[in-house]
Amino acid sequence: MSSDVMIEVEGLTKDYGPTRAVDRVSFNVRRGEVLGFLGPNGAGKSTTMKMLTCYLSPTDGRARVAGYDVFDQSLQVRQHLGYLPEDTPLYRDMTVLEYLQFAGEMRGMSPDQSRSRIHEVGVRCGLGDVAGKEVRELSKGYRQRLGLAQAMLHDPDILILDEPTSGLDPNQIVEIRSLIKEIGREKTVILSTHILPEVQATCSRILIISGGKLVADGTPEALRAREKGGRYRVVVESNGVPKEAIRDRLASLAGVARVETVGGEEGTHAFALDAAAAADLRKPIFRTAVDNRWTLLELLRESASLEDVFRNLTTGDVTSGDAGKESP
Amino acid sequence: MSPALVISRREIRTYFNSPVAYIVVAAFMILTGYLFFTQLFLEKQADMRGFFGIMPLMFMFMVPAITMRLLADEKASGTLELLITMPVRDWEVVVGKFLAAMALLCTAIGLTLVFAFTVRGLGPLDRGPAIGGYIGLVLMGGAYASIGVMASSLTRNSIVSFILAFVISFILYLLGKVTQFLPQSLQGLFSYLSIDAHFENIGRGVIDSRDVIYYFSVIAVGLLIATLSLESRRWK
Repeated sequence: MSSDVMIEVEGLTKDYGPTRAVDRVSFNVRRGEVLGFLGPNGAGKSTTMKMLTCYLSPTDGRARVAGYDVFDQSLQVRQHLGYLPEDTPLYRDMTVLEYLQFAGEMRGMSPDQSRSRIHEVGVRCGLGDVAGKEVRELSKGYRQRLGLAQAMLHDPDILILDEPTSGLDPNQIVEIRSLIKEIGREKTVILSTHILPEVQATCSRILIISGGKLVADGTPEALRAREKGGRYRVVVESNGVPKEAIRDRLASLAGVARVETVGGEEGTHAFALDAAAAADLRKPIFRTAVDNRWTLLELLRESASLEDVFRNLTTGDVTSGDAGKESP
Repeated sequence: MSPALVISRREIRTYFNSPVAYIVVAAFMILTGYLFFTQLFLEKQADMRGFFGIMPLMFMFMVPAITMRLLADEKASGTLELLITMPVRDWEVVVGKFLAAMALLCTAIGLTLVFAFTVRGLGPLDRGPAIGGYIGLVLMGGAYASIGVMASSLTRNSIVSFILAFVISFILYLLGKVTQFLPQSLQGLFSYLSIDAHFENIGRGVIDSRDVIYYFSVIAVGLLIATLSLESRRWK
């Protein structure tokens, strides 16, 4: 094993009774990677994270975190990671400061060490104003930040964050994302989400999991490139030419799967083309326009979005519809 | 500091931050105080026997009230997940919770020393039985608390946890009361298992290792089952 590999997962499987929640998942994560764990609700993201954090044990397969086996050396594994569980469960009757002191003591930190680390993560997570407040009085955003702060308190090599931005407002989301990115430079971060822009914004690598199985693994760019075809936006000056004529002409081009008319400005016709294959359609579109003496105002190729990749990979999954809806 | 002590300290703070500790201790003091002083004034009897005699029953209600939420609540709110994914062994979590319950219980027991001093102020206090009685109270309280922690580890509902702890301690209490209906061969076993018989022995001022071993065994078994119950998430 290369010393750079912080998390090593091999054939990880988890059964809950007769249902298989995670099915032979294998992947590696290196130092300095921010890995986005993507999948519809109930796809097995949280279960996988619970196994990596030693909360649950795998039914089959192995996982090593920081070089330690999650089953046989679970104490060492837990020393090396910080974990933010889904929904940020925290003791509601403690103040922010008390909570962090408690976490420090549990991690075996000396009072001095704990004090300076609490100060540091408090500043980084923006907890300064609420240090004396009880957890129960905190807004969802602050609770999330406290969850993140306790996970980072002992400066772990690996951070595992289950939906770190759920329930935050857009400003807070941006803050937390940039924080995660910053941490990801020296550490290893795994975060789960079903919000697609989030992985695009923060992750250097994406794993897509669906129905307990790993269906994709790669950089956001590589995943998008995998998706064949693409979308084109074409805007033509109307000049009295009927919309339908242009649409039919475009549809008859080789390699075009579908043409839709979309809303455009006054005096223009706008179309969205779906390509059937990976072929570049810009040239044929331009030629057609010239041959028919249309005034081409706009021609834009949109590469497949991560959302398309996600939908294609996870369709057939019962819950994928919900996950799609939640992505803004 | 060991993680078990960190956990128990946090738990003790939770007790005193919430009304639970005050209500339980106040109810305990009012009830025992009432029984003690009615005996004192009505029967003109200044001794601790009545007070100690009522304790096995009193603990049956009081200790489950102290222990019911220790683990059940953490399961229900999900905080157990965060606690257990810190570098802490499962038995340390259980022992930490147990120690916190014992701290609260010992506070309550400590307050009843008022009765002992009252008796001493009115006449001679029989020292042996009083000291034995208090040692017995702590040991028996430990057994009840261990049963309570175990019950709390088996459910995520505090009420269920309370009832379970109550029923288990009640059964252990009954074992000693039904011996006369049993065949000779079982009588010894049942009275040995009885949770209050040993307390009565110690309360006579004679500390026999058999009685002490009994309470330590109950404590060990209860905490062991609680630990296994926590661990069970890993082999389910």
